[in-house]
Amino acid sequence: MNVLLDFLPEFRKGFLGTVSLTAASSALAILLGLLIAGFRVSPVPPLRAFGTAWVTLLRNTPLTLLFLVAFFVVPQVLFPGTSPFVLATLALGFYTSSFVCEAVRSGINTVPLGQAEAARSIGMTFTQTLRLIILPQATRTVLPPLSSILIALTKNSAIAGAFSNTELFSVSKLLNDQGRPIGWIFLWIALAYLIITFAISGLFRLLERRLEVAR
Amino acid sequence: MRIRKTAAAGAVVLALAATATACGGESGTAGDKASGGDVYSGTYPVNDKANVNSPAWKEAKKAGKITIGAKADQPYLGFQDTTGKRTGFDIEIAKMIAADLGFSEKQIEFKTVDSNVRETAISKGQVDYYVGTYTINDERKKQIDFAGPYYTAGADLLVRRDDKSITGPDTVKGKKVCSIVGSTPLQEIKKPKYGATTTELAKYSLCVKQLLDGQVDAVTTDDAILKGYAAERPKKLRVVGKPFTKEPYGVGLQKGDKALRDAITDALEKHIKNGDYKKAYEGTLGKSGTSFVAPQTPLPRT
Repeated sequence: MNVLLDFLPEFRKGFLGTVSLTAASSALAILLGLLIAGFRVSPVPPLRAFGTAWVTLLRNTPLTLLFLVAFFVVPQVLFPGTSPFVLATLALGFYTSSFVCEAVRSGINTVPLGQAEAARSIGMTFTQTLRLIILPQATRTVLPPLSSILIALTKNSAIAGAFSNTELFSVSKLLNDQGRPIGWIFLWIALAYLIITFAISGLFRLLERRLEVAR
Repeated sequence: MRIRKTAAAGAVVLALAATATACGGESGTAGDKASGGDVYSGTYPVNDKANVNSPAWKEAKKAGKITIGAKADQPYLGFQDTTGKRTGFDIEIAKMIAADLGFSEKQIEFKTVDSNVRETAISKGQVDYYVGTYTINDERKKQIDFAGPYYTAGADLLVRRDDKSITGPDTVKGKKVCSIVGSTPLQEIKKPKYGATTTELAKYSLCVKQLLDGQVDAVTTDDAILKGYAAERPKKLRVVGKPFTKEPYGVGLQKGDKALRDAITDALEKHIKNGDYKKAYEGTLGKSGTSFVAPQTPLPRT
């Protein structure tokens, strides 16, 4: 109990760190995921191939490995001195984007083919069809898996703690190293994660209810 | 046909992934292979007449083996190589104690215990005692007991051999210093009076890699750990040698086991006096080029 009160500033910093990492990398992941999903269903073969390669490579690589590449290869080859937060956001965002892409693609597959054909018959381009007809209908199906992906992302962000980022896990490590009672630390850290993941699932439940339509 | 195509594509992706991982691995860049020579590993006469009135010792004697907690990732200090052999200064200390408690080298079972679960492993009896850069402090003493200290370490800086600009903690202003997440020296060097920018990574080996690659200018932690890395690559790295904290290393054991604690303290005292300690130090951490400083004897019984 005392651990929380004694180290409130540390806990707050860790909590905010996890929240901001999660927020930044979910934004990146959703943006990239939508783009790559568009690639994967597009009529242009090279784009489709790129999308497939992206998903295969990122989805099947352990996240820790991506972090290692982001921290030890990217700064050396491309931009030396990039902040750890940006590097962690990139690693988390790229990794999660492959999962978002697949969720979006599964959503797109639930939209009947007739919808796309009808759109094309009234002269819409591929981008228009996707943006105005397909994606709005796909959104409903995409929401539940997307909330799972974002909750997983929240927990995955703990790896960033081992790479020069302040977040909940690194705070637990800090207090642990000082020899504070391990049980209480874990309890408070777990509760903090629960707050974030509950917020995400609550938000998505709200969205689902909003977008509900009888089929 | 189709299957063959998929298989080919799969192979390409695998190859790509393999090249990608090769860059991120811990193997390091070419030409920076460890070159510290052999690590000293001694044998110590077993005290067959040992009799310690401690529950942990009695149980170990009955089982015919003693379980010792140690680190496995600290070269020249507490290290386990790919063949499973353990070497290093802490390992030697652990072996000296075991010999005096009446256990031969064959009867020792080493167990790798990570820093953050040390108190748990000791108090739950998963290990009989623990030797692994374990700083004695009051917070830990609430949960376990310490014998010793057997070595007084202090936070120091590891730099590239040819880097003359860092001569102590007062010269790190504006420099990049790396340490592991949450470690005490990191909290110290973060203080505004030193003015260093910090990088926090999961393992010291990653910090050392960044140091060799020139991405950070120094690695900070207890000098014992740094000496280990310097001993591994004496041509590339050196320890500055201006410790700025005091970290007395103790042997961790279950709380309240006074008999075992006294026996361990006696063992340490004996081996410091008969020169085993000095030999072990010079064959391990001493290879970093730092000179041997005799530990305080008799050991304060904390």
